[in-house]
Amino acid sequence: MANSFLSIEGLAKRFPSPDSGSEPLTVFEDVSFSIEKGEFVCIIGHSGCGKSTIMNVLAGLDEATEGGVIMNGKEVKGPSLDRGVVFQNYSLLPWLSALKNVTFAVKARHREWSREQVMAHSYKYLEMVGLSGGAELRKPSQLSGGMRQRVSIARAFAIQPELLLLDEPFGALDALTRGTIQDELLKIWRGTNQTVFMITHDVDEAIYLADRILLMTNGPLARVAESVEVGIPRPRSRDEIVEHPDYYKVRNHLVHFLARRSKELAGTKSTLPGGRPETVRFGDDDTTEPERPNVYAINQ
Amino acid sequence: MELFAKPLPLRLRSIILSVAILALTLTLWELSIPSQKDAGELTEYELLTGGGAPKAGIPPPSEVLSKAWEQLSDPFYDAGPNDKGIGIQIGYSLYRVLTGYFLAAAIAIPLGFLIGMSPLMYKALDPYIQILKPISPLAWMPLALFVIGDSQASAIFVIFICSIWPMLINTAFGVAGVRKDWINVARTHELGSIKTAFTVILPAAAPTILTGMRISIGIAWLVIVAAEMLVGGTGIGYYVWNEWNNLDLTSVIFSILMIGVVGMILDAIFGAVQRGVQYTE
Repeated sequence: MANSFLSIEGLAKRFPSPDSGSEPLTVFEDVSFSIEKGEFVCIIGHSGCGKSTIMNVLAGLDEATEGGVIMNGKEVKGPSLDRGVVFQNYSLLPWLSALKNVTFAVKARHREWSREQVMAHSYKYLEMVGLSGGAELRKPSQLSGGMRQRVSIARAFAIQPELLLLDEPFGALDALTRGTIQDELLKIWRGTNQTVFMITHDVDEAIYLADRILLMTNGPLARVAESVEVGIPRPRSRDEIVEHPDYYKVRNHLVHFLARRSKELAGTKSTLPGGRPETVRFGDDDTTEPERPNVYAINQ
Repeated sequence: MELFAKPLPLRLRSIILSVAILALTLTLWELSIPSQKDAGELTEYELLTGGGAPKAGIPPPSEVLSKAWEQLSDPFYDAGPNDKGIGIQIGYSLYRVLTGYFLAAAIAIPLGFLIGMSPLMYKALDPYIQILKPISPLAWMPLALFVIGDSQASAIFVIFICSIWPMLINTAFGVAGVRKDWINVARTHELGSIKTAFTVILPAAAPTILTGMRISIGIAWLVIVAAEMLVGGTGIGYYVWNEWNNLDLTSVIFSILMIGVVGMILDAIFGAVQRGVQYTE
């Protein structure tokens, strides 16, 4: 797996315990997985399992206690424009207009570009997320939550990173807005062939968006236990996806994992070499699935 | 009842009330000034003790107003060291205040940045700031006069030392309080430290820094009056004290009002700048 686009090897995060002498607190350990170019991967787990820490390590904003991240054959050290981040709270600069927030990023990416080039590029991405006709000149405080997240997504896509990291981007949005922006995200993703790694709490969102869903056990001592492949063909549509025979199998599996097995598996070690997650695949011939080694499936 | 059905806008009502308060105060003031007794009504003893001579008293507002008119119609005359127009005196004071103030800003803002960004510097410099901050700026005056040897420069130094603290503390506080998310935005966009300081930290901390600058200019204007009373020569503080020595209370009251007006204008200017850099999250 060393030749994957992105490879996470034996990541662990430990915090020294407040009273010296006793064991340090291990949030997660033995986290290893890889992501291929152009893949859309979601990660799900309960609060406190360290999802956001993993994302920050990928972004280069945080350092893991053990292990490392290799992207394109190079170790990730510190933040880089090759990895764009969309934060949960949007993290727009409030003193700049929506447009300026995007040009801020474009100027950082293409320092040699002229003003016109920067403007044209920024407008292109703002229009992609449906922000135009004057709304782009407003300050973030004058925009709704959905609009702000659109600006944040436009800013991240505008720098054309090799890897896009999304930290619960739709967590604070209402269901309708969330659906619209999910569709926009998918549309841009298909157009740009970006690799996306996204944290979410929402099972349906993960199935709708992802090629693969990583499941984390509860912290402390959390790990990525399973990698569930979502074989539902694209382009997916919100109303048809529920008709797909795999949809409820995947959904039930995820819900079951989050409700029960994430707790049961907490603190256990992976049986696979290097702590890699077990691959779970749902096909047309379910009955043969359990026969395969290292593949887990529940019989409905 | 028709009148009360639709009350006047708040702004208008407040103006009416302000004018009423002013009129009432001026009337009471005018009426409370006792008129000089006629010499004919005085006893022989009173005449012998000088009771017939005009007594210095608080002037009525009408006199102050005519004084103001006289002074403001020719603010820049210069008839010798003890007789300069109010405009010239205020000009000297403003020159000292702004020189000392901007010198202070030139040191306080970069130093505040350093303290705000480095917990080490914050902890190392904090004891000095805590000890130096509560010292009355005028307490520095003797030392300043001795070391600098020039009364003009000493007055500027006193302004410098009094205006540096609010700017320093507010800059450090504002810089230290910049949201981690915004710093992370700068980091993920590979901005260098200088670029981050100017494009992210400075605008993020600007409202807090401007608050400090506004407090400082207010303090500087308070202190210049006292400083000029001590160093003498020129300036609005010297003017007040000189008119007191001349027992010209009309000029004293007029200059007190002018100090207030200039202070208000300075505050309004900084208030406008502050609104310019304000942002809502």
